[in-house]
Amino acid sequence: MGEKDLMKGNEALAEGAVRAGCRFFSGYPITPQNEIPEYMSWRLPEVGGTFIQAESEVAAINMLFGASACGTRVMTSSSGPGISLKQEGISYTASAELPIFYANIVRGGPGLGNIAPSQGDYFQATRGGGHGDYRVFVIAPNSVSEMGNFPRICYEISEKYRMVTMVLADGLLGQMMEPIEFDFEPIDPTKLPPKNYTLGKQDGRERRVVRSYDLKPGFMEEHVWKLMAKYNQVETHEVRYETSLIEDAELLIVAYGTSSRISKAAMVLARKENLKIGWLRPITLWPFPSTILNQLVSRIKKILVVEMSAGQMIEDVKLAIEGKAQVFFHGRPAGGIPTEFEVLDVIKKIYGK
Amino acid sequence: MEKKVFARTKGLTEVPMRYCPGCGHGVIHRLVGEAMVELGIKERTIGVAPVGCSVFADEYFNCDMIQPAHGRGPAVATGMKRVRPDCIVFSYQGDGDLASIGMAETIHSAARGENITIIFVNNAIFGMTGGQMAPTTLPGMRSTTSPFGRDTKVAGNPIRICELLSALQGPAYLERVAVNTPANVVKAKKAVKKAFQTQIDGLGFSLVEILSQCPTDWAMTPLQSIARIKDEMIPYYPLGLFKSPEEKK
Repeated sequence: MGEKDLMKGNEALAEGAVRAGCRFFSGYPITPQNEIPEYMSWRLPEVGGTFIQAESEVAAINMLFGASACGTRVMTSSSGPGISLKQEGISYTASAELPIFYANIVRGGPGLGNIAPSQGDYFQATRGGGHGDYRVFVIAPNSVSEMGNFPRICYEISEKYRMVTMVLADGLLGQMMEPIEFDFEPIDPTKLPPKNYTLGKQDGRERRVVRSYDLKPGFMEEHVWKLMAKYNQVETHEVRYETSLIEDAELLIVAYGTSSRISKAAMVLARKENLKIGWLRPITLWPFPSTILNQLVSRIKKILVVEMSAGQMIEDVKLAIEGKAQVFFHGRPAGGIPTEFEVLDVIKKIYGK
Repeated sequence: MEKKVFARTKGLTEVPMRYCPGCGHGVIHRLVGEAMVELGIKERTIGVAPVGCSVFADEYFNCDMIQPAHGRGPAVATGMKRVRPDCIVFSYQGDGDLASIGMAETIHSAARGENITIIFVNNAIFGMTGGQMAPTTLPGMRSTTSPFGRDTKVAGNPIRICELLSALQGPAYLERVAVNTPANVVKAKKAVKKAFQTQIDGLGFSLVEILSQCPTDWAMTPLQSIARIKDEMIPYYPLGLFKSPEEKK
């Protein structure tokens, strides 16, 4: 702490994970996140950790399943097509209640898409992504500083609740360089409290089993309700968001990640023209800051959702506000990136200017 | 005086197995359980159960167990062995798991020479799901997805895993055995122990391919299915040693 560095987003993310105790990374090359496995390939051996370039994203997530089952802090990263490949493993991991951390540096999709930044994987991230009833803790940085500091939060949450956690970033955040200061001391994973569910040497204890299934009638249903009770706790205690100029706002912009910084700049421009614009930036996307949004719309009756997608978070906004405000949308999917002037024009149009 | 000459191995739990009468899994599980005990590794062994009839192996092997997605055993085993090299890690897989959906994980863990042990049960069919054609189903063999017999013109020829993996430098020990006769069962046990010993000695990747019978999905009686091992399976999948750990020493 106290040391400022200029880092690329992807590298800050990797360094943040290692600093937070990550000692196993497995991944596969895909643009725009290749700096993460490349960084890990030399950084992890420095701390006695393991780096494997896996044969596929499928293999990578399953290597994590095993390493996490043995009690190690693990990480993988990918983008679009690779994240889709991982979904089976993520579903298994959620059901088996193993802690893992992964990052999606989102590119334009669907399909092979392009390599430009995007926010088109919001549905996939916040709805679990894979099959079955489960949730993933999703946190969205909007700066290199947050890229480096969020992994620690993810590891803590993944172990506190025994769940899958992820950083949802985009290609712009991954590639840009900004100053970063880590807000935590390096964590020694060997000093962490032992877990009572991990596999290894029995040393006199009963044998343990890590599994994601139960065929006995009624047991899987009970298991899912137990998962849901856990996720309810996360929804109650782990929401994170940021607001700006909401006290007198008439129109509230809701945006996350890169869109949030562009929108905040638009808000500043709009305020210069005496338009009372406020800004709410969800930091956790699951759990979504529904409560604060629902409170704000008792007073603020216009919402503008700005996303680098065809409209995904807007659905969670609409669910949260229960019809109490008018919702407008500005989106740029598949690699489109709005400018603050573009967003300002949208705001002015809403005001009929 | 009564003398106990045989007992259930402590390498297996007391849970009654669900396998069909005549299935090879029961015998093969016993060989693995006995090997763990005789080599003194049971308390530091982690086994990986597949998806398939032996998905329930997590209830039968008396050691720490993990049950991941179909075909991913070698990747999971890789993750575990890399972070816990002091543990013995084995992946128990059927032919759908290892040679179909998991083929990439099989080949790459072997190519990397991961210090894990794979017990590969080859019964030339997908058992659990009701008898579909597998990459190992013999030419002309009937299955629910090759109802007229496997047509090699459209489905290709079955894959010989030991031969395939022996083209890689990574594997330290590869052997194919069977459990259709008492003599073969004895040889199979020796191979299973040798595979674990290969891992204990840190020599690298070991795989034992064990030809097995599936009376239910072969639509045969247990005795007929055991005869098929000798008459049809072994001629296509010859028993023998493909890679010796001595070469790695």
